[in-house]
This record gives sequence, structure tokens and C-alpha cells, in this order.
Amino acid sequence: MLSRKIRARRLGAVGTVAIAGLALAGCSGGGGATDDESASGPVELTILIDSTEATVSTMQGLVDAYTAENPDVTIELENRPQGSEGDNVVKTRLQTGDMPDLFWYNSGSLLQALAPEQTLVDLSGESFMDAVTDTFKAGVTAGEGVYGVPVGNAMGGGVLYNKKVYEQLGLEVPTTWADFISNSEAIKAAGIDPIIQSYGADSTWTSQLFVLGDYYNVEAADPGWAEKFTANEAHFADTPSAQLGFDHLQEGFEKGLYNADFGTTTYADALEKLATGTGAQYPMLTFAVSEIQANFPDNLQDVGFFAIPGEDASDVGMTTWLSAALYIPQGGENEAAAKEFLAFVASPEGCDAQTEAVGVTGPYFIDGCDLPADLPPAVQDLQAYFDSGKTFPALEFLSPVKGPSLEQITVAVGSGINTGAEGAALYDDDVLKQAQQLGLEGW
Amino acid sequence: MTTITRPRATTRRRQRARTSTHHQAAYPLWFLLPAIVIFTVLFLVPTMSSFYFSLTRWSLFDIEFIGFENFVTFFTEPSLSRSLTNTLVYAVLTSGAKVVLGMGLGVLLTSQIIGRGYLRNVVFFPVLVSVVGVGITFSVLMNPTEGLINQALALVGISGPAWLTDPTLALISVALVDIWKGVGLATLIYIAGIVSIPQEYVEAARVDGAGGVKAFWYVTVPLLWPATSTVIILSLIGGLRTFDLIWTMTHGGPGFSSDVLASVVFKQYQAGFYGISTAGNVVLFVVVTAIVLPVSRFLSRKEAEL
Repeated sequence: MLSRKIRARRLGAVGTVAIAGLALAGCSGGGGATDDESASGPVELTILIDSTEATVSTMQGLVDAYTAENPDVTIELENRPQGSEGDNVVKTRLQTGDMPDLFWYNSGSLLQALAPEQTLVDLSGESFMDAVTDTFKAGVTAGEGVYGVPVGNAMGGGVLYNKKVYEQLGLEVPTTWADFISNSEAIKAAGIDPIIQSYGADSTWTSQLFVLGDYYNVEAADPGWAEKFTANEAHFADTPSAQLGFDHLQEGFEKGLYNADFGTTTYADALEKLATGTGAQYPMLTFAVSEIQANFPDNLQDVGFFAIPGEDASDVGMTTWLSAALYIPQGGENEAAAKEFLAFVASPEGCDAQTEAVGVTGPYFIDGCDLPADLPPAVQDLQAYFDSGKTFPALEFLSPVKGPSLEQITVAVGSGINTGAEGAALYDDDVLKQAQQLGLEGW
Repeated sequence: MTTITRPRATTRRRQRARTSTHHQAAYPLWFLLPAIVIFTVLFLVPTMSSFYFSLTRWSLFDIEFIGFENFVTFFTEPSLSRSLTNTLVYAVLTSGAKVVLGMGLGVLLTSQIIGRGYLRNVVFFPVLVSVVGVGITFSVLMNPTEGLINQALALVGISGPAWLTDPTLALISVALVDIWKGVGLATLIYIAGIVSIPQEYVEAARVDGAGGVKAFWYVTVPLLWPATSTVIILSLIGGLRTFDLIWTMTHGGPGFSSDVLASVVFKQYQAGFYGISTAGNVVLFVVVTAIVLPVSRFLSRKEAEL
């Protein structure tokens, strides 16, 4: 009996030593911030971000630069999935009050679905918001409040293409949809996948580009369509120019222009095909350039960009996307520290940190930020559209209405399950639910 | 009147005496109270309130009563109503196959074959593996170009189909995996059923001149009825509510071609359409009850007839 007691006590002592050792290890891991811990009080911020390579490296760059200057702040990045699965995480955590100090999320219509006036901290009174451009503020405004600070660059929705393939086959950048199809036929004849589609695991969101990236052409054909759409006066299925995006998807499938394994190809696979030239054209947002830069740096010079061509060769323009933003949820404990971090993000130093981490994929939305001289070719192509003023925002930044099932519908059309007309009608149904849920007038 | 009341008191006393001697102690009714409270708070109230919420348009912050509009949407929109037929196809397919295969394997694994114990383990093993793990593994195996299944088929000169990406096949492929995973449990139930059949019946049938097939058909199959009805009920309920395999393998895709009720409910919730999502849950509840209740009544009546 006695011996057992002694053994127990000895074990206890060992335990104490072990815990002390852990505590010491914890201190040394803190990075020498132990001295002023008591003075200013260390702050630990957590930021919820999506798990794409581009987002993770951008945010890591920002965090590293910020914590280097503010050693008493530690910032942890928490990952969540992309697409509607990720939307679900964000909505659930906001609703249950479980959102960390800051989170990364889309601007535009997806933000509106979070009911920002009731869930997010209004930043319109903060002085650092003066540096954010008005274009961007419009995309993160709800009612009187402005809610987000932009991270990343302005994007274009269009087609990333392999310049080497184009050169080898002597092709020109298409200015009309008919040119695009004839280019694709020529590429197909050369034994290369003309158009890359990626409907594999967690990549179905990539199927939406032919529809969403076509909005410049919709606007060109029907000026002011977004307002009519928001007011329930115009729909995809009853506007030929709007339905074209769905029809294009159908046409690509019927003419056999997609890679044969489109059903299992993931976003990462698709970028590899594009960069290495086994696929020639990939409808995508330009932010993918930073992923190519990270994974295929040798092929970065081979990738170019053009807007999704319309019917009219004399009016070629690009549909643009606002970047995502960082938001502060209401009721967070570290609101002041979170705002200080946002002030850094909205400064030229913040832009430089991002440029250093991931390069540049387009202009910043923050005044005073310069772009480096050696831009990748795809970004130069993008910049040319901005310089010529031939741009128009995507529908989701003009209207709060965006149906949540678009990616399933575009997959169905791109896989030949539904026709373009059926897809447009399905999407109108989907949109109806969203508009009713938002309580918009006229639905 | 008086003649009745007086003896009742005595009988009650006698009854109480009898119960206390025979059953040691009968618990007073209020012992049930904690269980009733827990059941009401955690099960009854949420179920009843979900009936109410299915009649509302419910966003993050406000609730608007809209009658049966959610149900109308659910049944008229092709992307949603399709899930209903898919669910039925899936449930019937999986439970039918589990009955047939489970019975066959049960008979095989109760006969005198070499390595019986080992084979029993192998058949039961998939039941022990996590559904999500199975889903992910099979979506790799079923990859049309790089998957092991199609590569093996290619060796014998068959070009395998695009299991999970062909819209006509996706649902069936998932159902096949469900059968692979669930047949072990069905086999176990059948083995228990077969072992409990007295050998005398079979012997008597043999004496009467029945061959192996006849003895199986007229003795084993009818006497296995309790096992069959258990397998049918369990796999029907499981099939109607299925979600995890569908979600890990196809996400209901390509497009909407393998969406079942549970995955649609989840997607509508993801989209923030909490009202429609709850309406889908009510539909699921009604469908499961409307199918399983009569089936189980029918099966147990047949059981009683035997």
C-alpha cells in the first residue's frame, strides 16, 4: 500500500516537470515577445480564410509583414473550404456567434446574403477606409454601412490561354465567339484539349465562368439589364443575350471541345493542363495567375488572357470582379486589434506585402499602391482592358440576387445533361428563391 | 353500485399485494418524468417546431409565414423534385440487393466450406469502416481514367464506364458501394436466422423427397422471414435517409443527377434557405413514415401468419 502511494507521488512529480517543460517550450516558441507581454498585452487574432493557395499565401504574406512590425500580436489563419460549402461554414459560424476576430469573404451579392447590417462591424467611420477606392466600397456597402477592406487585386473573368499553343498553331486572340470556336476547332485538330473544364472534387465552382464572365456582353446588348433583373422584370431564360452564356457551355460540350476527363478534373489539375500546354484555354478568373506563379513558375510567361468574346468584334470588353475582403463580425473580443490590422491591410505597405508574397494579378483597390514593372503576360493583358476602359462589373456586384445552385446548373449544362435553355430556366427558379429570401420587392 | 365499489377496494389491495410480491417493486409513474422531460425538450419540441418552420421563409434573422409555398417549390422545381425519385430508386435498389445477396452469402457462409470463419470476417469487415472513408476510397477507385476498377477492366479488354461522372450511372454507382458496405450486416442477420432453423425441418423435407433447391425454397426461405423483414426495414430506412455516401462521392452531381432528399435538404440549408430546407426534412419524414410503416405492418403480419 505504502509503496503504491510513493509511486503515485513520484509520477505526479514527473508530470509537473513535464508540464513545466511544455510551458517553457511555449515561451521560446513565442518569439521573444515575453518581455513586453505585461506592458502592452499580447493579442492573438484568428482569421478565417478559404483554403485556396492564392488566399493562403496572400494572407500569410500580410500576416508575416504585420507581425514583424507588431511583435506583440500573433495571428492564426484558420482554413475553410471554397464554394458553397465554405459559404455554409461562414453563415453557420456567424449565426452561432462562433466567428473568429476577422474573416475573408466575397464582396457583392454573396456578402449581402450574410445580412451585414446585423452581423458585421460597420467600418465607414474609420479613417483607414479613406484609402479604399469608391468602386470597391460600392461592393461592400449595405444600407449606410461599409463593411470590408479589400485584399488582393481587381480580377477579370475570361479565358486564360496557353500562348505557346496559340503561337504554334498561328492563332489570333479571338474577338467574337465564332472566332473562339474556330480557334478551338483548330486546337482540337492539333490533338490538344481546346477548352479545359474542371467539374471534379471541390471544383464545380469553376464551371460558372462562361455564364458569369459574359456579363460585359449582356450589358452591351441590353444596357441596364442588371436593374431589370433585380426588379424581376428580366430573366436569363427570356433574354437571349443573357441565355447565351448557358448556350455557349452547351455548344462546347456538343462540339467535343472539352477535355475528356472534365468530370474528374480539379481546379489544380486544370491549371496544370493549361500551364504545361496539354490544354489550351481555360475560362477562369485572373486570380488563378498567382496559383500558376506559385506552382508552375517556369510556365508563367506562357499564359495569356482574353475576355470572353461576344457577338460584336467592334466592342470587345471584359467582365470584372472585385476582390474578396476582410470583415469583422459583431461582438468579437479583439475588435480594436482587428481594426488595427485592417488599417495595415488598407495601406500601401499592405499592398507591398501582398505583392511580395504572391505577385500581382491586377490593380489594387487601395489608393497609393503601385504595381511592379515586370507583370506576368496574363496580367498585362488584363491591365490593357482596364487602361482602355473596356470593363464592366460582373452581375453579382450590380445585383444582390445570385442563385446558390448556379455551379450545379452549369455543370449539368456543360456535361450535356441539360440544354442551355433548360439551364437558364433552372437558374431563374434558383434566383427566385434567393430574391424571396432577401425580401426584395417585386418577387 | 355499492356491490361493485366495495369489492374493488379489496381487489385493488389484493392486486397491489400480488404485484409487490411477484415483481419486487413497481416504480411509481413519476419516475418517468425525467425521461419524458428530456424526450419532450430534445425530440418532440424540435420536431413540432420544424413543422412550423417548414411553413415559413426563414432567413438568418427574420421569419415570415408563407403557408405551403415551400412545399410547392419543393415539388415543382425539377432540381428539387428529382431528388424524390432518386431517393426511392436508391432505397429500393439497395434494400433489394441486400436481401438477395445477404441471403445468398448467409446460406454460403453457414454451409461447410473451407475458410468459413475467415470469409465471414471478410464479408462483415466493410460494415466496420467509416462511411466517409469508404466514400473517398471508392471515388478514387471509380475514377474513370486512373481508378483501379477501370484499369483492371482494361486489362481484360473492357473499357469501364465513367462511374461517378456519367449522369445516368452516378446514382447506381453510389448504390453499389452502399450495397458492398451494407451487405455484411444483412449477411450477419441471415446467418443468425439460418442457424436458428431446426435441422429437423430440412431433414423431414429431405425424407419427403425434396432436393436441395426445394428444401431451400420451401423450408429455409419461409422460416427466414423474420430475418428478411429485419433486413428490409433496416436497409429501407437507411436507404431513404442516405446522405454521407452520396455527399462524399458525388455531392449530388454531376449537376443534380444523384441528388437525394437528404442532400437537397443539406444544399438548401447551405444556401441559407432554412425554410425550404426544413420543408425538405418534413417531406423526408413523411416519405420514410409513409413507406416504412405499411411495409413493416405487412411484413410483421406475414410473419405472424407463419
